[in-house]
Amino acid sequence: MTTVALSHRLADRGIDRQLLLLVPATVFVVALFIYPFAYGMSVSLQPAQGGTFAAYQAFFTDAYQRDTITTTLAIALPAALLNVLASVPIAYRMRGRFRGKRLLTTILVVPITLGTVLTAEGLLNFLGPAGWVNRLLTTIGLIDTPLRLTNNYTGVFLSLVITGFPFAFLLVLSYLSGIDPSLERAAATLGAGWRQRFLRITLPLLAPGLATTFCLTFVLAFSVFPSAILVGDPSGSTRVISIAAYEAAYVRYDYAGASAAAIIMGAVELLVISVVLGLRALLYTGSTAGGKG
Amino acid sequence: MKRAVVASPAAWLVWGTVAIFFVGLAGVIGSVVVNSVGLRWFDSWLPEAWTTQWYAQAWDEFTLLPVLTVTLVVCALVTGVSVLIGVPAAYVLARRSFPGSRALYLLFLLPILMPPITYGIPLATVLYKYGLAGHLSGVVLANLVPSVPFVILTMTPFIEQIDPTVERAARMCGAGTRHVFTRILAPLLVPGILAASILVVVRTVGMFELTFLTAGPDSQTLVVALFYSMSAAGIRAQQSVDAMAVIYCVMMLTLLVVALRFVNPTQLVARVKEDPE
Amino acid sequence: MTGFDRLRLDGVTRRFAGADALTDLTLEIRRGEFIALLGPSGCGKSTALNCLAGLLPLSGGSIWRDDTRLDTLPPEKRGFGMVFQNYALFPHMSVQKNISFGLSMRGVPRAEARRRTTEAIRLVHLEEHARKLPGQLSGGQQQRVAIARAVVVEPSLVLMDEPLSNLDAKLRLEMRTEIRRLHQSLGLTTVYVTHDQEEALSLADRLVVLRDGRVQQIGTPEEVHTRPANRHVADFIGFRNLLPGRFSSAFFHTEGVRVKGTPVGTLEDGGPAVAAIRPEDVTLTGELDATVEVAEYQGREIAAEVRTDDGLVLHLRTDRRLAPGDKVRIGLPADRLLIFPS
Repeated sequence: MTTVALSHRLADRGIDRQLLLLVPATVFVVALFIYPFAYGMSVSLQPAQGGTFAAYQAFFTDAYQRDTITTTLAIALPAALLNVLASVPIAYRMRGRFRGKRLLTTILVVPITLGTVLTAEGLLNFLGPAGWVNRLLTTIGLIDTPLRLTNNYTGVFLSLVITGFPFAFLLVLSYLSGIDPSLERAAATLGAGWRQRFLRITLPLLAPGLATTFCLTFVLAFSVFPSAILVGDPSGSTRVISIAAYEAAYVRYDYAGASAAAIIMGAVELLVISVVLGLRALLYTGSTAGGKG
Repeated sequence: MKRAVVASPAAWLVWGTVAIFFVGLAGVIGSVVVNSVGLRWFDSWLPEAWTTQWYAQAWDEFTLLPVLTVTLVVCALVTGVSVLIGVPAAYVLARRSFPGSRALYLLFLLPILMPPITYGIPLATVLYKYGLAGHLSGVVLANLVPSVPFVILTMTPFIEQIDPTVERAARMCGAGTRHVFTRILAPLLVPGILAASILVVVRTVGMFELTFLTAGPDSQTLVVALFYSMSAAGIRAQQSVDAMAVIYCVMMLTLLVVALRFVNPTQLVARVKEDPE
Repeated sequence: MTGFDRLRLDGVTRRFAGADALTDLTLEIRRGEFIALLGPSGCGKSTALNCLAGLLPLSGGSIWRDDTRLDTLPPEKRGFGMVFQNYALFPHMSVQKNISFGLSMRGVPRAEARRRTTEAIRLVHLEEHARKLPGQLSGGQQQRVAIARAVVVEPSLVLMDEPLSNLDAKLRLEMRTEIRRLHQSLGLTTVYVTHDQEEALSLADRLVVLRDGRVQQIGTPEEVHTRPANRHVADFIGFRNLLPGRFSSAFFHTEGVRVKGTPVGTLEDGGPAVAAIRPEDVTLTGELDATVEVAEYQGREIAAEVRTDDGLVLHLRTDRRLAPGDKVRIGLPADRLLIFPS
C-alpha cells in the first residue's frame, strides 16, 4: 500500500517510468560534454609547472595570449552586431509573402550550408590581389594597387558576415513572421504611422527574438577558427582565442594551457551571452500572437 | 501614395544590400568553381584555357574516395545514434513536466550554445585518453555531442504540435503502449525525424572543428581534408584544392536540395515557428 | 463487453498538486442511462470523466463495474469508448481506418471488422467520405467520425467530453439530436460532460451538477430545472436574477421589497438569504414599479433589464414590446421565487 501511495505521489508530481526515456540522452551529454569539461577544468588546474592556477596565470600574464580575448571580441562582437542589425530592416521588408521568397531564403541558406572552410577558400580567390574585386576596382580606376582584403582582419570579418548574416536574417525573419500582423493593423487604425508602428509595436515584440538571434550569431562568430587561420592573419591581427587553445594543445602539447584557454573562452562567451540574456529578461517575452490564437 | 514616396529610398537600400550580398556570394563560389576548371589563370578576368585535370588530380592526390566514404559513414552513424537517443528524450520533454525539466532542457541546450572548440579540446583529450580518438569512433562520438541536443531541440516542438489527446484516444480505442507507439506515434513522427536527420547530416558534413580535433589520418571527413589541403597550400596546386572544394560544394548543395524537400530554409538554421498556413 | 447492470463511482477523489480537483464523487450509473456532468469550467467535470476513462489516476475512492474493480485497470483495458472535445482523430489515417482502429486493437476478425466499420460509417452518414483523411473533413464530419470511432466497438460506456463545443450553433443543435438518437437506437450508456445547461437538460436522463470539484445536485433535468439544490446551481441553471437580502418571518426582504417565496434548504429566520428567479418567470403584472433600462429584441420575445423605484435591477422576458424608458409594474410569483440560504 505504501509503495502504491508513493508511486502515486510521485506520479502526481510528474515522475514515473516514462522518464526513463530521458536516461540515454542525459547519460550521453553528461559523459561526452559535462565530464570532458570537468576533466578539462581539472587538467587546467594541474599544470606541469607551477601552482594550481599557473596555467591561468600564464595565460593572463602573457600579452600574446591575453590579447586573444580582445582580438576575438573585436571580431565577433561587431560581426554579430552587424549581422543582426542589418537583418532587421531587410527582414521587416520581406516578412510578407511574395513571389520568390522561398528561392531567396534558399539562396541565403547556401553559405550556412557551405560552412567557413569553403567560404574562406572562395574569399581568398575572390578578394585576393588578383581576384575579381580588385581587378574590377583597378579597371574602373578607383584604385591603383590592389586592396589587401584577405589574410587580415577584413577577410575574417567578411567571412563571418557571409556565413553569419543569412543565419541572423532567417532567424529574424521567422521571429517577425511570428508576430501577428493584425497587431500592426490595429495600431494603424489607432493612427500610428509606419515608423511608430515599427518602433512601438513590432520592435518591442521582436526585441527578445533579436537578443536570442544575437546570442546565436555571436556564438557562431566567437568560435571562428578555420577562417581565422585561412583568410586571416593567424599569428597577428586575427589570432583569436581558439587558435591560442589549439596551438597550446597540438603544437606545444601543453594540455593544461589548452584547457585553460578553452575554459577562458567558454567563460568569456557565457559572460557575453548572459549579459545579453539578462537584458532580454527585462523585455516583454510572452506570446506575439494577438490574443485568440 | 505618400507611403510609397517615403518607403522608396529604404526599399532601395534594402534591396541594394541584398544584391551586394548575393553578388559577393556568387563571386565567392564562382571564383572557386572557375579556378577549379581553369588552366593558367594569372592576370586576366578568366583563365586562358579550360581543363578538368584538377579534378582527376584531386581525386588521386587527396585520396578522395576513402575521404568520401568516411564522411558518409560518419554521417550515417551520427544521424542514426542521435535519432535513437534524442527522439525518446524529446518525447518526454515535450509531453511531460517534472521537477528539473527546465534544468535538463538547459543541459541539452549547452552543447549547442558553446563554441565547438571550447568543448572540443577537452573532449578530444578525454577521447585520446581512452583511446577513442584518432579514428572513426572518436569522430562519431565527438560529432554526436552537438547532434543529440540538436535532434532533441528540433523534435521537441515537433512533438509538441502532435495533439496529445490523439494518444489518449488510441488508448480509449484499446491500444496498449506498444500499439500507441507503432500505430499512432511512429507514423506521425516520421516527417519530423526525417527533417531532423537531414539537418544532422548537413551539420555533420559541415562540422569542421570537432572532426578536426578528433580525426586521425584515415578518419578525416571531407571538410577537414579540405582544410588540410588548403593550409598546406603551395605544396599542392591551388586549382586542385579548388577542385576538391567544388566537390565538397556539390555534395553540400545536393544535401541542401534534398533537405529543402522536407524542411523550409528557416528550419535549417533553427526551429522557430514559421507563419502558420 | 457490453453487458453490465451498474457502474459505481465510490468516493472518487482527484488531487492536483495538493489541491482537490474532484472530491468524493459517488454515483451509480444504470445500464442504458444518459448522464450529464454539468458545471462551469474548472468545476471538475472533465477530471471526473478522465478518472472514469482511466486517463487520470485516482487519488482516492474506487470505480466498479458490477463486481469488477475498474480504477486499477489502464484505459485500454476498461472497454469504454470516448469522444474528445477536439475529436482527436488520428490525422494520418482515413475515416475508415480511424473507425476500424479500435476493432483491430480488440482483435476482431477482419471480415467482421469491415462489416461493423461500414455499418458505423453508414450510421453517421459518412459513406462518401470513408477514404478521406480527417484534415479534409468539416468540423461536423470530424465530429461524426469521432462518435463512430467510439461506438463501433460497442463499448459498455461511452464518454463524451464537451463534444459539441467546437461546432457552430446550428450544427450543435443538429448533432445534439443525432447523439440522442444514437444513444437510443444503440442502447448505449453514456456519460456526457458539458458546461451548456441547455445541452445537458435536453440530452440527459440524469444530471450531475458540479462546482469546485464537489457534487451540488444529482437529479432529473426537471428536478434540477425547477428545484435547484442551492444558489450556485440556480445561478448556473438560468436563474439570472439573484437578489441578496434577508429572510425573516416567511418573507424575503431586500431594497425596500418584501415578497413571499419558496424556501429551499434550511433558512435561518432573520438571517441572510438569496432569492432567485428566472427572467421568464418575472411577470408584468404586480405591485413593483419599475422603469425599463435596456431592451434586447430576441425574436418572439424581448429580454429587458428594469430598475425598480427602489433601485433593484431585474432581468425579465416578455412578449410585450418594451422600449427603454417605459414604466412597468412587475411581479415576482411566490412559487417561482426560490429563497436559498446565503
